[in-house]
Amino acid sequence: MKQQLGLFVSRIGFSVLTAMIGVIFALPLIWFLFAPFNARAELGIAIPNPFTLANFHEVFGNSFAMRGLINSLVESVGGVILVGFGATLASYALSRSPLPGKRAITYVLLLFSSVVSGSAAMVPIFLIITALHLIDTQLAVILVFAGGLLPTAMFILRDFIDGIPKSYEESAMVAGASPVQAFFDVALPVIRPGIVVIVVWAFVNIWGSFLIPFILLRSSDKMPASVAIYSFYSEAGTPIVTLLAAYALLYSLPVIVLYLFVSWKFGFRFFGGIKA
Amino acid sequence: MKQFSLLSKRVGLAFMTPAGILIAAFVIAPFFWVIFVSFTNRSLLGKTAVHPDFVGLGNYIHLFDPSSFFSQGEFGFSLILTTQFVILSALFGQAALGIVLAWLLQSVPKPLKSATEAVVIGAWILPEVVIGFAWFAFLDYENGTANMIMSALHLPRGDWLIHSPFWVIVVFNTWRGAAFSMMLFNSAFSSIPPSYFQAADVAGASSFQKFRDIGLPLIRGHVVTDLILITMWTFNVFTPFLLTHGGPSYRTELLSIYTYRVAFKDFEFGKGAAVGVMVMLINLAFALFYLWIARRRSHEVKA
Repeated sequence: MKQQLGLFVSRIGFSVLTAMIGVIFALPLIWFLFAPFNARAELGIAIPNPFTLANFHEVFGNSFAMRGLINSLVESVGGVILVGFGATLASYALSRSPLPGKRAITYVLLLFSSVVSGSAAMVPIFLIITALHLIDTQLAVILVFAGGLLPTAMFILRDFIDGIPKSYEESAMVAGASPVQAFFDVALPVIRPGIVVIVVWAFVNIWGSFLIPFILLRSSDKMPASVAIYSFYSEAGTPIVTLLAAYALLYSLPVIVLYLFVSWKFGFRFFGGIKA
Repeated sequence: MKQFSLLSKRVGLAFMTPAGILIAAFVIAPFFWVIFVSFTNRSLLGKTAVHPDFVGLGNYIHLFDPSSFFSQGEFGFSLILTTQFVILSALFGQAALGIVLAWLLQSVPKPLKSATEAVVIGAWILPEVVIGFAWFAFLDYENGTANMIMSALHLPRGDWLIHSPFWVIVVFNTWRGAAFSMMLFNSAFSSIPPSYFQAADVAGASSFQKFRDIGLPLIRGHVVTDLILITMWTFNVFTPFLLTHGGPSYRTELLSIYTYRVAFKDFEFGKGAAVGVMVMLINLAFALFYLWIARRRSHEVKA
């Protein structure tokens, strides 16, 4: 009985402690729930008074800001298509073809991609993009992200394909399908959940990125939202808080939606891309 | 039975080609190119932008010049700052907070668990620019939430971004990245058979005893994985730039921010490349250590 009571007390203690950590974590974010809807928002938290959607109106009317969101979309979708396409084909080959040293290839590529980080490689990436005459193009941003994200995407997807029995495609081939037909008609539908995972992962990565577009782009009409958001600063360098908050919320929306989608569909564990 | 494979070598190679080209051009080429550039005096503007001279180890000698190595805004200062940043915000901050949260979440009611997870993961997945601005507002001296709470508690207000910028980015990065460790340890803890803990309950063990004697030893491998991964990520992180721009007076200039300043503000690509090479060498050491541990563990599992 006494032990039961002790257990009960410690459970309450745990809950209180967890709630406290949760609240502390939420503090820097709460501001974002209020400021976008506040006509006179400042940097402090205040219940919107009066409540308004005018900030969003103004952001929607700002063509530069809207183009930023479209640019983010173009870069993310472009990158995602290349990553999804390249990783699917390559990881299928790594899983199913008799290429020599295919395990080693995956690990070497993974090693390269973790060594060549954005901060280490910003100089050569800038120089390569300049040499290709792609500086200040969205294609540059797309290509750089596709290359950087592919090794991890291939690693995740190869593991996924390895877990699917070969007999699926084998029976299709016994029935007369060519290997390519077996890939498109039999394997691809089964692999699709794995592709969804890497596509979402790549999208969130590109959508939220700042450094690469910041370095590679110059014209303001090509900037993605992560860079365009700095247009909501006055000439004196102080932020125009109301608009910035509304824009930040719009810009965050796709990531929040995808998070809810992934956690509803798979549980969130997938997102780290790491199998523990 | 005849060994029959689904894809011929030729088709396999064809399937590898698109990914292969992209990785070769934007991962492998930069790796070698940065080494090459680091031996030149290439700049962004001027004569050496087109026709750089070969300067041998000049850039490296400059980086390791003992008379200025530790001065603010120099390589050594930045390296030490980054090391402190990794130790405090990743190893102590993220990993410790992550493991505590994961342990707590094992035994709290489901709604509280979901809510806490959502907030912690939100801090991790929201775009870095948004997070940077949220913290800027949070820490504002006049109106920021943090100072509002300080006033309510009758504590002195602080202009932390000016007076203790390093601690700001440490706390910031702990907050930003704790989610990964939490999720990793969470799945590690839930893979432990519940009967282990039930047996300990019968023996009257406290939660801390269960954590120390059952939980922690059983997830030791995950702890090592976590520590290496978050070390590598934190070592390369650029996000604090959005909060402090490396300042004031270089006090938060991590290696990634230092590289950016040298290459794209001072336009010294050669020197920036040399810093990049040093960063890659350190990354390589971490990555090889990680692969070695992962290999050793997979052998243990087989044995």
